[in-house]
Amino acid sequence: MAVTNQLGIDPDKYKWGFHDPEKYVYKSRKGLDREIVEMISSMKNEPEWMRAYRLHSLEHFQQRPMPVWGANLAQIDFNDIYYYLKPTEKKERSWDEVPENIKNTFEKLGIPEAERKFLAGAGAQYESESVYHNLKEEWEKLGVIFLDTDSALREHPDIVREYFGTVVPPEDNKLAALNSAVWSGGSFVYVPAGVHVDIPLQAYFRINAQNMGQFERTLIICEPGSYVHYVEGCTAPIYTTDSLHSAVVEIIVKEGARCRYTTIQNWSTNTYNLVTKRAVAYRDATMEWIDGNLGSKITMKYPSVYMVEPGAKAEILSVAFAGRGQHQDPGGKVIHAAPHTQSVIVSKSIAKDGGRAGYRGLVKIYSGANGSKSAVRCDALILDDQSRSDTYPTMEIDEQDVSITHEATVSKVSDEQLFYLMSRGVKADEAMNMIVRGFVEPIVKELPLEYAVELNRLIALEMEGSVG
Amino acid sequence: MADLEIKDLTVQVEDKVILKGANLTLSKGEVHALMGPNGSGKSTLANVLMGNPFYQVVKGEVLYKGQDLLAMSPDERARRGLFIAFQYPVSIPGVTMSSFLRTAVSARRGYDKELMPVGEFQKLLKQKMDELKIEPAIVSRYVNEGFSGGEKKRAEILQMAMLEPEIAIMDETDSGLDIDSVKVVSDGVNRMLERAKGTMGILLITHYSRILHFIKPSYVHVMFDGRFVVSGGPDLAEELEQSGYEGIKAQFEVIAAEVQAEGAVRRAGKVFWVEH
Repeated sequence: MAVTNQLGIDPDKYKWGFHDPEKYVYKSRKGLDREIVEMISSMKNEPEWMRAYRLHSLEHFQQRPMPVWGANLAQIDFNDIYYYLKPTEKKERSWDEVPENIKNTFEKLGIPEAERKFLAGAGAQYESESVYHNLKEEWEKLGVIFLDTDSALREHPDIVREYFGTVVPPEDNKLAALNSAVWSGGSFVYVPAGVHVDIPLQAYFRINAQNMGQFERTLIICEPGSYVHYVEGCTAPIYTTDSLHSAVVEIIVKEGARCRYTTIQNWSTNTYNLVTKRAVAYRDATMEWIDGNLGSKITMKYPSVYMVEPGAKAEILSVAFAGRGQHQDPGGKVIHAAPHTQSVIVSKSIAKDGGRAGYRGLVKIYSGANGSKSAVRCDALILDDQSRSDTYPTMEIDEQDVSITHEATVSKVSDEQLFYLMSRGVKADEAMNMIVRGFVEPIVKELPLEYAVELNRLIALEMEGSVG
Repeated sequence: MADLEIKDLTVQVEDKVILKGANLTLSKGEVHALMGPNGSGKSTLANVLMGNPFYQVVKGEVLYKGQDLLAMSPDERARRGLFIAFQYPVSIPGVTMSSFLRTAVSARRGYDKELMPVGEFQKLLKQKMDELKIEPAIVSRYVNEGFSGGEKKRAEILQMAMLEPEIAIMDETDSGLDIDSVKVVSDGVNRMLERAKGTMGILLITHYSRILHFIKPSYVHVMFDGRFVVSGGPDLAEELEQSGYEGIKAQFEVIAAEVQAEGAVRRAGKVFWVEH
């Protein structure tokens, strides 16, 4: 997405417009212990409750065993990671250090020069910050708060404290505990009652070094009757030398509100992407997760919706693409804890060149959640004989008066389809692309246009050379 | 030199030989009807001509405008003007007819890096749909997905009209259509022939002579057991309509016995041959 400064604003003026000017005295080192966590908290000048929260989380992290039910995480060495770097330290990579394949992909995607450097961690993205600044004024008029979570903790401590950790407690899982101990950056969004935010809030606009950290913490609160669409990530490969990305996203959707959260991520292929995303939907509220996962070495991500009051609705759409050496283990969880709640999960996964992609999901319907409906559809497309797809759907249904459907398909790109398209003059590689694009179309059509275009382009790049 | 020359074409699927030395020449401006009972090899011939990888050519050759057709990939054949209207077109979920058509027409018209301009494409599409009396809604649907039998056939004919082929193979386009639909499709094909002014040839494969009342062939061929056994003018179709394939079959068996005894046979009158 090209963002240019058409507004005549001097970019330098806003260069650090909403950065904390403080210079921390912090000596970075690898590994995780109490001292590091205390240091993080003190450098951020956090309130005592957050410091205690972090330390409590650390304890839990240290006691909790690694999850072994999913992808193979045994290679992760938690002692070989920097858990916090000064913002200035993060930008020290030079453009020359960025691998050629990443640069080539930027080129092919047509990412503007300034953004390339930023995405590669070799520069900041000044242009978009000025755009952001204008949008920010619009939002502020509506009472919408859109900040990075560190700033939110300073500027709106009461709201943060009220909701932080209420949807994903540190005890939820080992990686959530890790994030709770060392989190930094992420987005904080607060939408007041009845306010509809027409333009999607894009973390992309607000990108700064803190936003794309390894341990982002995002918190979104939708007051009754409000609407917001939050978009994070971008399809350009996010180049990082960090090997672990472990974010937590918590969303509260109150009565009659609707929240849509769109993620398109394309981590570099050395990254473990282990993310806990969860929303609570109250009476007649709607939560929609749209989740696109490309890149990374391993992704485990199961956006969840807890429907806790009658009439709540959940929709989870996910698409994953696994190439050589990649294991995409996405999915979704829907918890029906109240009557007349409805959920839809659609998962599309593509595996190629020995990659592994699939679906892992849970539909849980509590006794008393009568009149609830759930529909799950997971489709896998396997592009060659070396690749693999796994589907692990779990259903726990404790109520009789419900309607549940589950459909799963695993298909290969058929010679018949290829031949059909080719018989119309379409070259083999383009024919393969069309089939793959068609496969993910139900999800892509839900994306904002520029993301849809980029995702299609990216899939075309991933597909290059698939037809011999 | 004919535009399409099929010589001694022998084709097998897995271990079964389906085409046993087929010979046919066809040029632009001609309409050849190819008839024959089920399983005689008609569809196999159509698919082999288009390059379906499922079939293996074990012997023989096909020249298209003097060049080795069998050496070309299916997409190259299509770009050079060959077309097949499939008997059972497959669906491509998530790909709309209009984006598919635009990609295909662009390929056929030699756009290499970019697609044909959208305005020009839309105009062409609208014109062709009007001519073929096709509901415009069809182009925003996914390719063949959820199409009725009749819709699939009409969609194939729409593609044929859009791609303006030089040689079109229509594989049992009439089967499964009611008489009104056969007429609509035939009218469309006749209009294409008229418009092409001798620059399009058709190989019209059919099981029944019904469609031949609407699309008048210049030649009629009958295929039996992987070979062309009878060729003639339009009257051959009439005869078949009366006697059915049983008559051919009886004759074929007589001939086959003679072939067994004496080798190749050619008979005067109706051109009736079996070559060994």
